[in-house]
Amino acid sequence: MHIFRLVIFLVVGLFSFAANAALDIEITGGGAQQTPIAVVPFSGNKSVKHDMEKIISDDLYRSGLFRSLNTQGMASWPTNVSEIKYAEWAALQAQAVVMGNITPLPGGQFKASYQLVDVFKQQLLAAGDETFKAKHVRLAAHKIADVVYEKLTGHPGTFASRIAYVKKLGARHYLYIADSDGYNPQALVNSSEPVISPAWSPDGSKMAYVSFEKKKPIVFVHTLKTGSRKIVANYKGNNSAPAWSPDGKKLAIVLTYGANSQIFTINATGGGLKRIARSRGIDTEPVFSPDGNWIYFTSDRGGRPQIYKIRATGGGRVSRVTFNGAYNASPRFSADGKMLTYIRNDGGQFKVAIQDLASGQVQLLSTGGQDESPSFSPNGRVVLYATKKGLRSSLASVSIDGRVRQSLSEARGDVRESAWGPMLK
Amino acid sequence: MKNTTKLHSKLLIAAVISMLLVACKSTPMKSAFPADDRALPAAADDRALPIAADDRALPDSSDIKGTVINGSTSSNMSELNDPDNILSKRNIYFDYNSDAIRVEFRPNIEAHAKFLQEHGAAKVMLQGNADERGTREYNLSLGQRRSVSVKKALNILGVSDSQIETVSYGEENASAYCSFNSDNCYQQDRRVEIVYPNE
Repeated sequence: MHIFRLVIFLVVGLFSFAANAALDIEITGGGAQQTPIAVVPFSGNKSVKHDMEKIISDDLYRSGLFRSLNTQGMASWPTNVSEIKYAEWAALQAQAVVMGNITPLPGGQFKASYQLVDVFKQQLLAAGDETFKAKHVRLAAHKIADVVYEKLTGHPGTFASRIAYVKKLGARHYLYIADSDGYNPQALVNSSEPVISPAWSPDGSKMAYVSFEKKKPIVFVHTLKTGSRKIVANYKGNNSAPAWSPDGKKLAIVLTYGANSQIFTINATGGGLKRIARSRGIDTEPVFSPDGNWIYFTSDRGGRPQIYKIRATGGGRVSRVTFNGAYNASPRFSADGKMLTYIRNDGGQFKVAIQDLASGQVQLLSTGGQDESPSFSPNGRVVLYATKKGLRSSLASVSIDGRVRQSLSEARGDVRESAWGPMLK
Repeated sequence: MKNTTKLHSKLLIAAVISMLLVACKSTPMKSAFPADDRALPAAADDRALPIAADDRALPDSSDIKGTVINGSTSSNMSELNDPDNILSKRNIYFDYNSDAIRVEFRPNIEAHAKFLQEHGAAKVMLQGNADERGTREYNLSLGQRRSVSVKKALNILGVSDSQIETVSYGEENASAYCSFNSDNCYQQDRRVEIVYPNE
């Protein structure tokens, strides 16, 4: 566990002048040490109509752990390790250099070959290639950035992943999916009624969510590739809070059959309804532990909302997970199952908390207000959440050591209900 | 330290292109954005939506197919909407984190109970709501508890369960303009709306 050192940064004004902007990502706090890195222009960029090095260096910069150096004044731009003159890059104070070249393949595909070198050790750290269709050039660049990030930080990168979020603009509710850098936002749902609680299937191919399009909350499963939508829970009363089992075969959901919200599981294709927990209070916000053995959930059975756990097969003893604070809700796991993130009401301020499940140690990561819907990045290093500044809601992210902070907002509309998806294959 | 980077992509273009793709196989398009005036079948349930298969016109993430949903409009039942009739008063308000019905709303609930008993075919939807404080799903549950509270009051007054459905909108209909801890504003959001779906 890292020693927690909360660094408070002034909130940066998030007004954007670009009317057509998607998610604007703004770094409001960086790591203590930022590795100076040079990403050299890839030869063959023109063939894919994108500057791959720009996508890579933007990714690294946004992580808060790297400082991207300007390579425009350099005498030469090596495209592979045999061409590099280390002294030139040492003079630029680059600690690492990424270089590469793009070659067209038969059948409209491309191959980007890349190398990462340590300038001081004059050593090759990583080399590889990505084969891709032209329309997937950004994804290929994100995958290269992930390799660079992992070699230099020791943690897997998460640039080649997507996030889901809900935007409310005027009377319309949109469920968007965008790349981790905010690019390629696409509306999965564009509705006159609210949409909440998006949940990625473990393989990233489907999204479960709650839509109010029939004037009541109903759970849908939407297949991203085909656009096919299936109602998986439309029982009397509310149907909400879907969460996938790790094998993708079941969903935990919340129904109000009787009166209060109670937790059930169903097959991911619908049917197979099974009651998991029973209480006289509200039980909601279920989530499976990554090993599939437990369902953690929010319940006010003890008077105030707290997080509890129960065997995923239902029945048996219910045990309490959170003990401090009068309101702990919306639990989500890190992929390794070691950490839990949730929302705590800390003196009237709703803040993002993370809890080390082995030690029980809790850290508050956000300065609060009305923070909601936290989720871990696929590598467990960052928590993405929804927040509100003044009257506008936007997304924010914070590294689990509290140092690196980003703000993600759209120029128009309220953004909320964030969920970080799995890595893209 | 404070750095700023702006990463913009072409939301409108991407959105418009995807909407064109959505619309071109269903109905003619009148305007590209916003989407309100287009008439895709509402609530497409479990059918695959008629979306163009050619994804080459889209940027990178063209492996995502979306859907457009538009709500329906409704007709009127005059007795229920006459502003001089207590039946037109459809909101029952609640205290913070409470589902207890205040005495002041008693006449209101009694009037709706009488109406429902006199109109055995009428059905009512009790839509619970919460203010924005707390998580969305917890507030959905809290709104549900409020709607059930009104249902129980109607039951006690003789209304049959078959005429009542309780649902919750949680904080989804909450005002966007309540600043933090302004309770007069939040009060408006903590309510159950009595809705007659067939009006």
